[in-house]
Amino acid sequence: MDNWVYGLFGGVLIGLSATLLLWSIGRIAGISGIVNGLGTAPRSDRPWRMAFLLGLMAAGGLALFFLPYAPTRVQTGSTPLLLLAGLLVGFGTRMGGGCTSGHGVCGLGRLSWRSLAAVLTFMAAAVATVYIVRHLIGAPT
Amino acid sequence: MNSTVLAALVSGALFGLGLAISGMTGRHVILGFLDLFGDFNPQLAYVLAGAVVVTAISFRIVLRLPRPALTAGFQLPAATAVDRRLLLGAAIFGIGWGLIGFCPGPALAGLAGGLPDAMIFVPAMLAGSYCHHLLGRRAKIDEE
Repeated sequence: MDNWVYGLFGGVLIGLSATLLLWSIGRIAGISGIVNGLGTAPRSDRPWRMAFLLGLMAAGGLALFFLPYAPTRVQTGSTPLLLLAGLLVGFGTRMGGGCTSGHGVCGLGRLSWRSLAAVLTFMAAAVATVYIVRHLIGAPT
Repeated sequence: MNSTVLAALVSGALFGLGLAISGMTGRHVILGFLDLFGDFNPQLAYVLAGAVVVTAISFRIVLRLPRPALTAGFQLPAATAVDRRLLLGAAIFGIGWGLIGFCPGPALAGLAGGLPDAMIFVPAMLAGSYCHHLLGRRAKIDEE
């Protein structure tokens, strides 16, 4: 699906979500951080994390059953590559303290230099990876 | 259900809807954006632009308030240093992201939406995060 109207609209919804979370309970809408805190944050700090993730998965998952342009329910990636990529994403986002939402949407919104450095780094690493995999190795992903 | 949990639930739902509507759960849309020297797809740029324009304006306003509407204070990341850990972590994340085109939010929404790729990816992502947690604990013990 590539349509700039849906892209901008969805992006604005994501921005409003981050705004609501900061305004209401003073927290940053960084998905990796919210997930990681489920296991390590004080008990009293866990219910809002559960609720946020439940809302994200319920609304996002449900929408994928109704949107005409949702990705098809067919496995398209190789299992070993999906597992390797998952391990790297989980390890890297915890080490770097954020992902596309925490450093990207929220960090850039806060004009944080640290987040800008993270975004430029993961973008560059991802572009280089796609270049190597698709154009040097020629593997389909 | 108390009000902080309800606010988080609604916020999460908005986030999930945004991810689905913008097409970000399609990992090939993401790979297309990252494929600068091939079949480039600008979609992610529109999404990020839409989101950051909103947060850049709204966060300025919200953070001028004495405190959040429902809790005692804002809890913002304390770290400001651009250090090795940040850059190495971001680079490792970027390699994983570029390999398959999933980052944490879209992968979780995709899992709930029944995408088989996400069902394989998410458990590995949680395992990767836990690995770092264990390493971090060991490092702390070594320091002591």
